[in-house]
Amino acid sequence: MSKFKKSSNTQQEIPTAALPDIIFMLLFFFMVTTVMRETDIMVKQTLPRATQLTKIERKSLVSYIYIGEPRNTSLYGGEPKIQTNDVFVDANEIVQFVSQEKDKLSEVERDQITMSMKVDVDVKMGIISDVQQELREANARKVLYSAIRSAE
Amino acid sequence: MPRGKKRPLPEVSSGSMADIAFLLLIFFLVTTTIANDKGITLLLPPKPDPNEPPPEVTKNDKNIFKILANSQDQLLVEDEPYKQPMSELKKEVKEFILNFGNPGEEGIEVYNSLPSMMKSEINRFGKRLDSSDDPTECVISFKAARGTSYDLYIGVLDAINAAYNEVYAQRVGITVEEWLSLDKDDPIQKDMYDRARSNIPRAISIAEPDK
Repeated sequence: MSKFKKSSNTQQEIPTAALPDIIFMLLFFFMVTTVMRETDIMVKQTLPRATQLTKIERKSLVSYIYIGEPRNTSLYGGEPKIQTNDVFVDANEIVQFVSQEKDKLSEVERDQITMSMKVDVDVKMGIISDVQQELREANARKVLYSAIRSAE
Repeated sequence: MPRGKKRPLPEVSSGSMADIAFLLLIFFLVTTTIANDKGITLLLPPKPDPNEPPPEVTKNDKNIFKILANSQDQLLVEDEPYKQPMSELKKEVKEFILNFGNPGEEGIEVYNSLPSMMKSEINRFGKRLDSSDDPTECVISFKAARGTSYDLYIGVLDAINAAYNEVYAQRVGITVEEWLSLDKDDPIQKDMYDRARSNIPRAISIAEPDK
């Protein structure tokens, strides 16, 4: 009988030596995938849904234009506004914004600049076509309408 | 020196390592926004040259597929009010692109390059003479009013793109999903992409809205 008693003092603890390694693995995953949010989006952003989505090939070539109703309606009113970087701009200031963005790129890449339009679904086409006219004026012709994959 | 007596190895206590890693992990978890930038691409026309008169439309009228949207979000497709869902519009656009009503030399070349599956499909919905001549010629024109909602605009643009992507994907014998995820840096996939696109231009014309 005493033979069996001896074997009963098995170790009850889970070894935690590998825990830091697991946590580090997760940590590195999030460090690699993370993109720090550069701008504080001040407009409502419910992106439309679409099926034929393409990925952006080179993120460095992309600049963002946000259009939508301001979040703070008591301060900025309820009309849709255009936001670039951290400020609201008028449509006629888009040209200046595009040339600023182009200056950040190297000479050969300037024509490949892609403007990603993040537009709220409730916006009407008027303001968007104004922006498009300005983009044509600024010779930034590649446009990406940001959208979410629809369920069907 | 006393022999046979091992000195204990100096050790850094690593018990709190997990805590430090946890702290960093939680920081990155909170700040992370996983890049999800996808969308519908469009190439805008170049800006008009003020010294030159606007180019004359030389296209034959039957080669232009007209879609109009008004401020009440109603559609006018080929001069007729349209109420069907977007999936029907996609089919109509696709039939328009793949209509070989009066193909030119390039058009015949395109037709011969298509897989037999597509040929039989084209023959099934007929070669209507009042529709487009061949895929090299046709243009999809979309005009939205200033009051049209962005949602509808994207919906129509999505349907037109879906029609084109279906044509391209079928032409090289892959599914639309595979077509959309083609990697253009890979020479084999780039070749496939070029083969599908050759002579069937994605001619989407976005007209300026009326003031």
